[in-house]
Amino acid sequence: MAGKPKLHYFNGRGRMETTRWLLAAAGVEFEECFLESKDDMIKLLNNGVLLFQQVPMVEIDGMKMVQSRAICNYIAAKYNLYGKDLKQRALIDMYVEALMDLNELLMAHHLQPADKKEQHLATIVDKATNRYFPVYEKVLKDHGQDFLVGNQLSRADVQLLETLLMAEECKPDLLAKFPLLQSFKARTSNIPTIKKFLQPGSQRKPPLQEKDLPKVMKIFY
Amino acid sequence: MAGKPKLYYFDGRGKMESIRWLLAAAGVEFEEEFLETREQYEKLLQGEFLLFQQVPMVEMDGMKMVQTRAILSYIAAKYNLYGKDLQERALIDMYVGGTDDLMGFILMFPFLSAEDKEKQRALIVQKATSRYFPAYEKVLKDHGQDFLVGNSFSWADVHLLEAILMVEEKKSDVLAGFPQLQAFKARISSIPTIKKFLEPGSQRKPVPDDKYVETVRRVLCMYYNIKAN
Repeated sequence: MAGKPKLHYFNGRGRMETTRWLLAAAGVEFEECFLESKDDMIKLLNNGVLLFQQVPMVEIDGMKMVQSRAICNYIAAKYNLYGKDLKQRALIDMYVEALMDLNELLMAHHLQPADKKEQHLATIVDKATNRYFPVYEKVLKDHGQDFLVGNQLSRADVQLLETLLMAEECKPDLLAKFPLLQSFKARTSNIPTIKKFLQPGSQRKPPLQEKDLPKVMKIFY
Repeated sequence: MAGKPKLYYFDGRGKMESIRWLLAAAGVEFEEEFLETREQYEKLLQGEFLLFQQVPMVEMDGMKMVQTRAILSYIAAKYNLYGKDLQERALIDMYVGGTDDLMGFILMFPFLSAEDKEKQRALIVQKATSRYFPAYEKVLKDHGQDFLVGNSFSWADVHLLEAILMVEEKKSDVLAGFPQLQAFKARISSIPTIKKFLEPGSQRKPVPDDKYVETVRRVLCMYYNIKAN
């Protein structure tokens, strides 16, 4: 019998955070094995469990899965967070891929040196408010439903919430011009499994600060 | 009734090439509209053709699909190139993720300075021969089958062949230590739809040149200052 999924990563968001969100939203308990030092990474490498010598790696259903997209795709499909047919899946994938692009930008913000932070924030504000948020605001406006796709909770909703919260961490009033995204955020945060994940003491990770970066770099380089 | 898929991109590889490969492998005819001018791009933007203001965009089955990965996943699933169950799909996604990362090192190659190109070429070869090729070599060796997943032709095979050929363009003998991959390359290249795509006159695009770089920069007003990894 399969045990709980086991996540191998460092103790931070990075490329594992979306996986944590999806498992939590699906109500799936999971364990975590944190890489703290280069030795921990070397041990994993020597065990031959990292297909491309990289983390994230998730032990789930007898597999040692790598590649964050592959992991998220598997979890979403297994726990019915991937729509009911090919076309819904296509919409979900479009929404989710764009969110991953925006996430990369948001995650990089906390790592910017002091003299680059302001310019980086301007880029974030521009992309978020001109390219990404208007799309999701319009999707919600056009169909008037609670969820992005197919009138039911999917990974697109979970990932949008994840991104909205990260965006607000960069600039608290970033959602000011997006009323439907604000109500989406409130509504989706209230879903019991998600509400639980948002409470202190959950496995949700805080943003990485610049001062933590050297320790993380040492694990990988 | 749906017509042929229509691809909107530059007349060059970039992020659209994997989509061309997959459609071709599935035996699906497609049309292309090439972006040559800034005005064309602005017209697409104004017409709200591009959901996130970006290409690739593929018109198919009544959708204007964007996001390369979304498009590829849809095509793979539609044409039965995505395995038969969740676990095969997981393997395919993992393998495609690896070849995607490898081709990612090559994607920005044409935009680099001459000096950075040499550095990047060395990096591509190093990653291919020490990280990616050994993984696929082992997969093939361990199960001894013709295809990467489920003893059946899938997106993972198409993507790996595309990656192998691209790396060989940077170093022609790069498969020297990989007998399984050499046999794989010969085998997959001779699949009729793929063989056709590899022939001159197909919609496969050549190695990007300076003209391609100029076109992309002109149309997008971006990518003027790309550095090596």
